[in-house]
Amino acid sequence: MQIYLPIAEVSVNAYLLLGMGGLVGVLSGMFGVGGGFLLTPLLFFIGIPPAVAVATGANQIVASSISGVLAHLRRRTVDLPMGLVLLAGGLVGAAVGVQVFTMLSRTGQVDLLVTLCYVVFLGAVGALMFIESLAALRRSRKGSPPKRRKHVWVHNLPGKMKFRTSGLYISVFPPLVVGFVVGLLAAIMGVGGGFIMVPAMIYLLGMPTKVVIGTSLFQIIFVTGFVTVMHATASQTVDVLLALILIIGGVVGAQVGTALAVRMKAEQLRILLALLVLAVCLKLALDLLIQPAELYSLQTRGMMP
Amino acid sequence: MAARTLRSLLVAAALMLPAAAPGEEVVLGLSQAEIPITATFTGSEILVFGAVKRFLPLPDGPPMQVVVAIAGPEAPVEVRRKERRFGIWVNTSSVRIGSAPSFYAVAASGTLPQVISETEDLRHQISIPRVMRTVGAASDDPDAAAFTDALMRIREEEGLYQILENSVAFDDQTLFWTAVFLPPRLTEGAYTTRIFLTRDREVIDQYETVIQVRKVGLERWLYTLAHQQPLVYGLMALAVAAFAGWGASAAGRVLRG
Repeated sequence: MQIYLPIAEVSVNAYLLLGMGGLVGVLSGMFGVGGGFLLTPLLFFIGIPPAVAVATGANQIVASSISGVLAHLRRRTVDLPMGLVLLAGGLVGAAVGVQVFTMLSRTGQVDLLVTLCYVVFLGAVGALMFIESLAALRRSRKGSPPKRRKHVWVHNLPGKMKFRTSGLYISVFPPLVVGFVVGLLAAIMGVGGGFIMVPAMIYLLGMPTKVVIGTSLFQIIFVTGFVTVMHATASQTVDVLLALILIIGGVVGAQVGTALAVRMKAEQLRILLALLVLAVCLKLALDLLIQPAELYSLQTRGMMP
Repeated sequence: MAARTLRSLLVAAALMLPAAAPGEEVVLGLSQAEIPITATFTGSEILVFGAVKRFLPLPDGPPMQVVVAIAGPEAPVEVRRKERRFGIWVNTSSVRIGSAPSFYAVAASGTLPQVISETEDLRHQISIPRVMRTVGAASDDPDAAAFTDALMRIREEEGLYQILENSVAFDDQTLFWTAVFLPPRLTEGAYTTRIFLTRDREVIDQYETVIQVRKVGLERWLYTLAHQQPLVYGLMALAVAAFAGWGASAAGRVLRG
């Protein structure tokens, strides 16, 4: 069934969109990531204009993060003070990101920026995650205990604050910076940024793993919500109809993903996720490296943010 | 079958017309004067048909030919070119084309060089390169023509620019019809439809009408809201997402018991 998207102004197959939403939902259920890093490139591939894909991707993530965070709130695995500090940084980052995005789309470099961001971040995170989970798999075989986390100098900057749920007493600056970077990326890449924030929270801030996902989801809701409204007012590129179809697919997928995750080992899951991240990264990198069949591209005023 | 009915209708119409100035004139019909873009819009085929009203016997000489040109609303286009820089392909140069039709289809009863002369093409701007030339690339780039060519090539590949030679059926030098497919990626607005009658590659008569393409229903409402009240639209998008997220969580709990 073809459906005409009023803002993207293209006609696409509704089942294809449902399937894509579903696939991303399965991932978010299995790995606890938003899946925006996968969804936005998929939307590019099926011909949604990049500006619409990024803005609508942010809107879809609001929905999946809300449904995720509710479960974490019930389990009390959300560090609210930490979430608010991350959010403060995130909102500033998102505001800057939307400006950068608008400026670059005028000069025609937005596609390059988005693709480069994807290649760099997906490549780095995918590789780190892959090495880390291989090491973890080896450790769990040997049965040696994991390393204790240690205090780094950045934690001792001024402005120390108690984060009870995480059991941390650290400066607010590291989480502010992490939040800022993630907000920036959310606006530019149309992702929640969980795939950057989760490792940053574990390795940089030293937060316990069990509160990381809930807290990052909490921050992501508000940052992506803010990004959605910013893109809607600055460039009218949020397509509600597209978002709604993706959300419906995602909701069903998330239930399937959660069920699947129960039957698999955490290390295996992380290796799978790492491979997936690397595959998306490789595909995007090839697009930059191989000579495109058509060297010219068109941009009409209407689609210009 | 449809063509036959159409033909009898047209003959009837042509016969009923009052006598006017001698010569040959176009009488035109369209299968649709308005194309609504609904949620399930997948493009639309539009039938352009008409008859030649003639008050003198058919003149001697070469046969009459018909050209149909449909042009969508014009808009400026930025054409960018990629080059390899530091090992990757990036947009390096661009040319801004002041205004180019978002859609253009030209259908003729023969090949274009057969039915219309260069001079007439220049005067009436019928063929695609001619339409583009008048539009012109506002640039001092010596390579500007390459960008205009790229615009035409890309839009032709997307079905937005169509050259339909030998596609107008023309019966007994009187009745003609052609079908043009408008792809789903349509821009809203007025689509100018022009019909030219030519003989010996000279234009004898022309007729112009307009097909309106517009979003309707939900599509119209969302598009208008997004552009006229972007803040309300953005907040609505958030509300939809929040409600869907909460609903999913609630439904998941019920399902799991």
